[in-house]
Amino acid sequence: MTTQTKMQQTGIKKKKPAEVEAPLRRFLSDFFESRVAIFGLSIFLTIVFVAIFAPMISPQDPYDLAQLDILDGRLPPGSENTTYGYTYWLGTDDQGRDMLSGIFYGLRTSLTVGAMSALIALIVGGCIGLFAAYFGGRVDTVIMRIVDIQLSFPSILIALVLMAILGQGTDKIILALVAAQWAYYARTIRGTAMIERQKEYIEAAICLAMSHKRIVFRHLLPNCMPPLIVVATVQVAHAIALEATLSFLGIGLPVTQPSLGLLISNGFEYMLSGKFWISFFPGIALLITIVSINLVGDQLRDVLNPRLRR
Amino acid sequence: MTPAAVSSTSSLSTLAVENLRTHFFTKAGVVKAVDDVSFSVGTGEILGLVGESGCGKSITGFSILGLVDPPGKVVDGKILFHGLDLVDLPEEERRRLRGSRIAMIFQDPMMTLNPVLRIDTQMIEAILAHEKIDRALARKRARDALEQVGIASPDERLRAYPHQFSGGMRQRVAIAIAMLNKPDLIIADEPTTALDVTIQAQILFEAQKLCRETGTALIWITHDLTVVAGLADRIAVMYAGRIVEQGQLGDVLDHPLHPYTRGLIGSVPSRNRRGSHLYQIPGMTPALLNLPTGCAFRERCDFADDACLDQPEITEPVPGRPVRCFHHFAGEKA
Amino acid sequence: MIVFLIRRTFQSVVVLLIMSLLVFVGVYTIGNPVDILISPEATQQEHEAAVKALGLDRPMWEQYRVFLTNALHGNLGDSFVFNEPALKLILQRMPATLELAFGAMFIAVIFGIPLGMVAGIKHHSWIGRAIMSGSILGFSLPTFWVGLMLIMLFAVIFGWLPASGRGETVLLFGIPVSFLTVDGLSHLILPAINLGLFKLSLTIRLTRAGTQENMQLDYVKFARAKGLSNTRVIGVHVLKNILIPVVTVLGLELGNVIAFAVVTETVFAWPGMGKLIIDSIDVLDRPVIVAYLLITVTMFIIINFTVDVLYSILDPRVRLGDVKS
Repeated sequence: MTTQTKMQQTGIKKKKPAEVEAPLRRFLSDFFESRVAIFGLSIFLTIVFVAIFAPMISPQDPYDLAQLDILDGRLPPGSENTTYGYTYWLGTDDQGRDMLSGIFYGLRTSLTVGAMSALIALIVGGCIGLFAAYFGGRVDTVIMRIVDIQLSFPSILIALVLMAILGQGTDKIILALVAAQWAYYARTIRGTAMIERQKEYIEAAICLAMSHKRIVFRHLLPNCMPPLIVVATVQVAHAIALEATLSFLGIGLPVTQPSLGLLISNGFEYMLSGKFWISFFPGIALLITIVSINLVGDQLRDVLNPRLRR
Repeated sequence: MTPAAVSSTSSLSTLAVENLRTHFFTKAGVVKAVDDVSFSVGTGEILGLVGESGCGKSITGFSILGLVDPPGKVVDGKILFHGLDLVDLPEEERRRLRGSRIAMIFQDPMMTLNPVLRIDTQMIEAILAHEKIDRALARKRARDALEQVGIASPDERLRAYPHQFSGGMRQRVAIAIAMLNKPDLIIADEPTTALDVTIQAQILFEAQKLCRETGTALIWITHDLTVVAGLADRIAVMYAGRIVEQGQLGDVLDHPLHPYTRGLIGSVPSRNRRGSHLYQIPGMTPALLNLPTGCAFRERCDFADDACLDQPEITEPVPGRPVRCFHHFAGEKA
Repeated sequence: MIVFLIRRTFQSVVVLLIMSLLVFVGVYTIGNPVDILISPEATQQEHEAAVKALGLDRPMWEQYRVFLTNALHGNLGDSFVFNEPALKLILQRMPATLELAFGAMFIAVIFGIPLGMVAGIKHHSWIGRAIMSGSILGFSLPTFWVGLMLIMLFAVIFGWLPASGRGETVLLFGIPVSFLTVDGLSHLILPAINLGLFKLSLTIRLTRAGTQENMQLDYVKFARAKGLSNTRVIGVHVLKNILIPVVTVLGLELGNVIAFAVVTETVFAWPGMGKLIIDSIDVLDRPVIVAYLLITVTMFIIINFTVDVLYSILDPRVRLGDVKS
């Protein structure tokens, strides 16, 4: 270690006792320190807003065939709707569907699938990881072996196999995503819980003869949350990308379910004739969603990581 | 070397540091790691630079080599090497001096050698960086250098990786690397701190012998007064970025002029005073970021009074004994 | 070393067995391939004959036993669609996928390591930040969409490079490869960039982190104190140290690249295993699906094993046996 870093450390020690803030407030003020993170978060919240209120703000219902006019098919961005007179700002696809509306609805589906699968995977993986860490020994060895083996296979392969077995559908894709991702959560929480378990407050709880359930969920779990939250953010972005990929490959969501991956896939064949907008704009929407989540995730990691805390 | 750059006052010294200031511009503020430091070393002389960790002694060494990393910067002062001021020298010329005329040995031998390169690679490159000679010749010189620092079967050891050596052996290799180009000055930054006491003694002995034989000047940086006591000709005591006292080894140890030096000497366990309490300097080393105003030592000093609220300047109450204190013990008989 | 080899081989066999069981049961419990394979107008007798011919009337454990016995003889069953051995079908397409995967890795390493080192050394300057922002983008871009955009830009708008297929191939040691012909190489560039982009971002991040960490270590300062030029300190001392973790991670990622080739192959109509598996999933060609999965799993096991051995060669401090034993 150089003298420089030593000096910086002594600097930290000096500062700490002065600022005793509420943890949440401190977390928030740390989080909003980065302008990039604020930018990411506001974009993400806008996307969530659009997804929730898609039926209200979309010019048309892109999946109501009665509203679609096949004669309006493959119109470039900025064209006029022939019957109702509104503008297709982002053009239309082969069935005369307004791309903007399609994207709004697609975001809805993509976010739902991403959030649901991340949440379920978090609960499943979290419980398994906690279980392994708390009981340790053979249970831990066996569980972690399974986790290691699963993690050595790419998530897309696992999802691919499951979708091949299960067939298409929203519930099925969520199941496949959960199966592909639970192991990340399990490993993360197990790592933290193993460290927390050594600490005195858990020992104290055991000495007080509290029930396993109470110790695990009331004492251990809250202290393991920070890294889990970071992993969850990144995994939501992964889940969304993975769902889009599977849908693009034609083994994800059925055609009746609007999803960004499906919209992009629809535009694939028109790409070569230069009608780029059918694939281009849903891809941009997907990209912005994933980038905004990743930006938030990056900052969360910096803020919640005690090693990097300044 | 241009004659114009030669300073008349220090032409006899191998190295003369004058009013050196190295500051670190961190987010939290300016850290004055080295603040108005002056000293010199002559040919074949060993200077012990003593101080607690974090007092700026390593940064002094890095400043001389020109290896202070941002946000650190030498902001003022002169570093005269054979009369040539290094501070304004272009980077390429400083590089040519590093390792050939001025060499450095680091604290932790486990960390200084590159773990994935063989010893011969690391030794030969140090020669070839400064001289365009045949590889085989460089190899032979590397081998001889290993032999010189007392490494058995040097030919075999050349082909080994650092992890195959013990800590003491690695430090010998580091010393051999420092000696490779027969430098005029070696800066040794606590090179024995990480080693066992017996190995420590061996290394100290080797270092002293090599300096005497080759006439290399040596700056030995340490926090351990006992190490310098058996090694140095002169010592300089550093506290919070400043040199508070310097002089010939025996003079300083027998008649310390600064309260801090006296405290340091008092806190060394000694055979003469078995059974009596060891002296403890009260308080903690201050963080360099928020030093007290005036004398940095005043909050821990038994003799401090209102005068110490001002920064004491260097005085020379006894010839050859610069000291930075209002209450120095020059009048007392210690 | 020998103990290590034996232990790893044994572990691998167990993993393979478990995987084969899981995959077999999974794939064979769902859907009925007969419905897809024979025409709806077929008579009851024709239907039953088809079921019998495919061995679908026997109990599952019996089917698995037959499958396992055959598998040990190198027979993973015949494709329902092509009427050819599934193993042969996959092995035929494997070189194309491997070529694509190695091409992607090549791009990731050739560009990723220098960019990552620059980003690590100049992490406060605009160039460092620009490289890092680029790598965040590379992480966030969905592979299949980037593929489409590459086609649009370079094939449709500029017309510089072909959009699909493998182009002209030549035999190298009896294996058809594209990269040795001009036409084949032009077909390979876009898919390889597409597949390599994600790994490029990963390489940049790993290299940057490694560079930053290593630059602060004492050995760098000592090397500089020896008077070495910056080029040598960074290009030899630092590079050799960061290469070890980067190569290890990238080696393990090779399996990932092969799996993700599914996406790129679909976009660029690259005739590899990935394209085959997607087509087979569509028509429920069970033997091909099972064979693909088993071969991929085997490849993963071999890759992980090779990486461990390579790691011990690269890093003089590691001796096999201490590795995860």
